Amino acid sequence: MKVDFEHLQSAHCENGVTTNLLKGVGVNQITEPLAFGIGSGLFFIYIPFLKINKGPAIAFRTQPGLIFNRTCKSLGIPVIRKKFSSKEEAQKVLDECLQSGRPVGCQVGVFYLTYFPKEYRFHFNAHNIIVFGKEEDNYLISDPVMETTTLLSSYELERVRFAKGALAPKGQLYYPKENRMVSQEQIKNAIKTGIKRNVRDMLYIPGSIAGVSGIKYIGKKIKKWRDKLGLHDAGLYLAQLVRMQEEIGTGGGGFRYIYGAFLQQAHAYHPNDDLLEISKTFTKAGDMWRNAAIQSAGIYKGRLTTQADFNQLGDYLIEISEVEKEAFKSLSKIKWH
Amino acid sequence: MKKEEIPQDESALNKLTKEVCYAVDGSGNYTTQLSTGWEVKAKALDIAWTDIEERIASAKQKVLNNEASPLLFFIEYRLMDVPIVAGYTGFWKWQVKNHLKPDAFKKLSEKKLQRYAEAFNVSVEELKTMNIDNSK
Repeated sequence: MKVDFEHLQSAHCENGVTTNLLKGVGVNQITEPLAFGIGSGLFFIYIPFLKINKGPAIAFRTQPGLIFNRTCKSLGIPVIRKKFSSKEEAQKVLDECLQSGRPVGCQVGVFYLTYFPKEYRFHFNAHNIIVFGKEEDNYLISDPVMETTTLLSSYELERVRFAKGALAPKGQLYYPKENRMVSQEQIKNAIKTGIKRNVRDMLYIPGSIAGVSGIKYIGKKIKKWRDKLGLHDAGLYLAQLVRMQEEIGTGGGGFRYIYGAFLQQAHAYHPNDDLLEISKTFTKAGDMWRNAAIQSAGIYKGRLTTQADFNQLGDYLIEISEVEKEAFKSLSKIKWH
Repeated sequence: MKKEEIPQDESALNKLTKEVCYAVDGSGNYTTQLSTGWEVKAKALDIAWTDIEERIASAKQKVLNNEASPLLFFIEYRLMDVPIVAGYTGFWKWQVKNHLKPDAFKKLSEKKLQRYAEAFNVSVEELKTMNIDNSK
């Protein structure tokens, strides 16, 4: 059994699942950047008291699941999302969806995801894939970060749907409930809502560890890492920062480039040239993040070792925080029509 | 980033796929392009793995010295921690911690060993001996 479905590769898994599932219900206008922007995907958070894979907990994007939910909601498309305590029930509901001709989004863990190369298999449980068919014991899988579709046996799929640890997916599946027509006006409004919400999250989130103040905060902390952690562990921390920022799924530059692309596409719906100018600022922010990654690499490769190198990196992140602050302030001043 | 600046470096990702990157073209418009990887992040992944390998080796030595049960080795080998192991096996965290002691581990029933073996994706024999088939 195979559902009518077209696989399209994207940078980020949840954006890709969102755009591909929306296409399945007749919404063809939503591109990856639009899904990311309407879902207010851009974020920054550094949680100093939490460790992930023995390193710092850092994210450049919003909480998993929100991009899909927000984008669908903004476009007036009802969402079905289910978690399961029973593996049998989880498979049964999935099979029923496929039988009724519906491709389904699944949250999975990547550690036992057999088609991933070993080097990429960490206990990361917020990966998203689409299941679009079943042939004998194999499920047909569209993983949006991959160029082509692939297969998982029913045991392999069950294992990743019931991965354990932080953000355990608990068999979670989701899909848009029904076919809907989405109008130009709805997309216009969704873009506006998405930008306003992203301004709120980046500029006004309380506390100092998230949003643009979170970038400043980690900049200050990094200057202390050399003394506090020692060169070796500070290098490991910076390597983790770079991976969160640049690894597969980010589109490069900690999602800042995807956001720049979003603002350009938003311009087609809201012909306000400020959007194009602000897009350039996000490109600049992405470039700065990449420069910071190069400086970090100097440290974890052992080429840069002095406190001055750490200070330079920390100050540079504080500068990035200022650039992004200005960009979001400009966005908050946009006059919408 | 300009489209022509998208790095095309060697990386482990190549075994799976090329990845989509966003960049601007000559007229300043955003576009996407596939990339084989970037040396800066390939190195970041490398050093994360070097650290993991060191932790695995040190855990193995502790087991050989009879300071810990083979569980410690497999926790490191599978990049897990006690809560994740508890999640996969259904044991309580305090039970897992207890089974990290060599004596407690030796007393485990075949059935309980099987639960650990399944969580680590190895056989019970491999679990006891740490002689593992690396391809798994």
